[in-house]
Amino acid sequence: MELTEFIIKTLTILVVFVLTLLIAMYSTWGERKVAGFIQDRMGPNRAGPGGLLQPLADAGKMFFKEDFIPALASKWLFIAGPSLAMLTALLASAVIPFGSTFRYDGVEVVLQGVESNIGILYVFGVVALGVYGIMIGGWASNNKFSLLGAIRAASQNISYEVAMGLSLIAILMMSSSLSLGDIVAQQHGGNWNIFYQPLGFIIFLTCSFAECNRVPFDLPECETELVGGYHTEYGSMKLGFYLFAEYINMFVSSAIISTLYFGGYNYPGMDWVYNQLTAAMGTTTGHNIATLIGTGVFFGKALFFVFFYMWVRWTLPRFRYDQLMNLGWKKLIPLAIINIIITGASVLFLKPFITSLLN
Amino acid sequence: MNPTLSFFYFLSFLTVLSALMVIISRNPIHSVLYLILTFFTLSGHYILLNAQFLAAVNIIVYAGAIMVLFLFVIMFLNIKNDHEEAKTNLTKIAAAIVGGTVFVILFGAYRKTAIMPADPNTFDSQVGMIESLGKLLFREYLLPFELASILLLVAMVGAVMLGKREIGERHF
Repeated sequence: MELTEFIIKTLTILVVFVLTLLIAMYSTWGERKVAGFIQDRMGPNRAGPGGLLQPLADAGKMFFKEDFIPALASKWLFIAGPSLAMLTALLASAVIPFGSTFRYDGVEVVLQGVESNIGILYVFGVVALGVYGIMIGGWASNNKFSLLGAIRAASQNISYEVAMGLSLIAILMMSSSLSLGDIVAQQHGGNWNIFYQPLGFIIFLTCSFAECNRVPFDLPECETELVGGYHTEYGSMKLGFYLFAEYINMFVSSAIISTLYFGGYNYPGMDWVYNQLTAAMGTTTGHNIATLIGTGVFFGKALFFVFFYMWVRWTLPRFRYDQLMNLGWKKLIPLAIINIIITGASVLFLKPFITSLLN
Repeated sequence: MNPTLSFFYFLSFLTVLSALMVIISRNPIHSVLYLILTFFTLSGHYILLNAQFLAAVNIIVYAGAIMVLFLFVIMFLNIKNDHEEAKTNLTKIAAAIVGGTVFVILFGAYRKTAIMPADPNTFDSQVGMIESLGKLLFREYLLPFELASILLLVAMVGAVMLGKREIGERHF
């Protein structure tokens, strides 16, 4: 690999990393503001204008608290738990396409950490690993409530991964590519997958709520039954990492939902804007500004889904555990399989029929 | 030494080390965690061989699903170090003989295998990619592929039947 290419890749990955962290940080602020709005109160408003410095204040508090490890806990695994949770949460954002290309000095830079031909499988693998941080931390605490929380998290994640994978397969059957860049490029011109896969989208959305352990699926940290769930014994920055990993997961899954179903950086009237900009400012500057607008649209879509997570959290009550399992195994998985069959039949029979009608 | 080769040696060292730690470590939870690390390093080997699909599926299926179940069961059983029962000498000797025999067989088989020489001029580096793999699986090996899927389906139905609640029985 050439040196310039290497430096460009390193910079892209760093930017993606910092952006993910920054957005996750301000999601904590956003969550409180949304909660405040829904419950008819102000939310954080003391630290900085509109409480904007609140995440920094929280981080400072977390860092300066006593770093406590219970006497009978397994020390290394107790530390490894939150670290793994952060690691797996941050890994997934590497393959998300944030925009099309930047032109600089005749070099085209793709706004994506790694363009991989197995992109969506990579995301799925990282999601599958996400449960280890919780399981290891919960077990290492040597506390019955933590262990129960960890086991709940594990069984919930395994159950919903199945339905999630099945709903993804319907997308893959339509796009016939595993690369996230290709899947986004195919949705150009209003061909968003949501119009073809409404059922798959609902299944995917429900499963991503369960995978992120968000309300109404936050049984692993259900305080009425399990004290604090898997992070009962955690304090200081280790607890902070667990909570922070949840927000990173939220952002990453929102980004993936907008990539898979809502056309990523595509927006209506994109070609017109592109032509106007390139005509007005030349192929380099115009192209770059058009890319920036696309990236802005992408972040708008992703942030809307982050907001959607918060909206659901402050609106819906929690499921009971048997209801959660029944929903996962008896409703979502059969629905996802029916969705696959319908998609397969449409790709085989309906698509040639419609194309023959149109021509 | 070129970077790929040094990376290969580093990965192999990690693989062997973590595989050894699986059987050496006394705590079953640690064993499972080392086994997960072994799967990761194996996936690294697959990526070095340009078989990214295999690497991803190895992570998803083994590290992501099967090992979670392993960990799950071990955590439920809650095996502590102090409950570990001492093995008798007879067990130890029998285990050593069985393990040694397996090692000798594997070593003999390894010595007999001829390594297929790959010609770098005609070798297709895209052979491990998902497109070529899919075409091969669904054209030339369609029957074995479908038979394997039926086998898995039968196993799944059997597991559901075993775990099924009888009429009138209550678990909680």
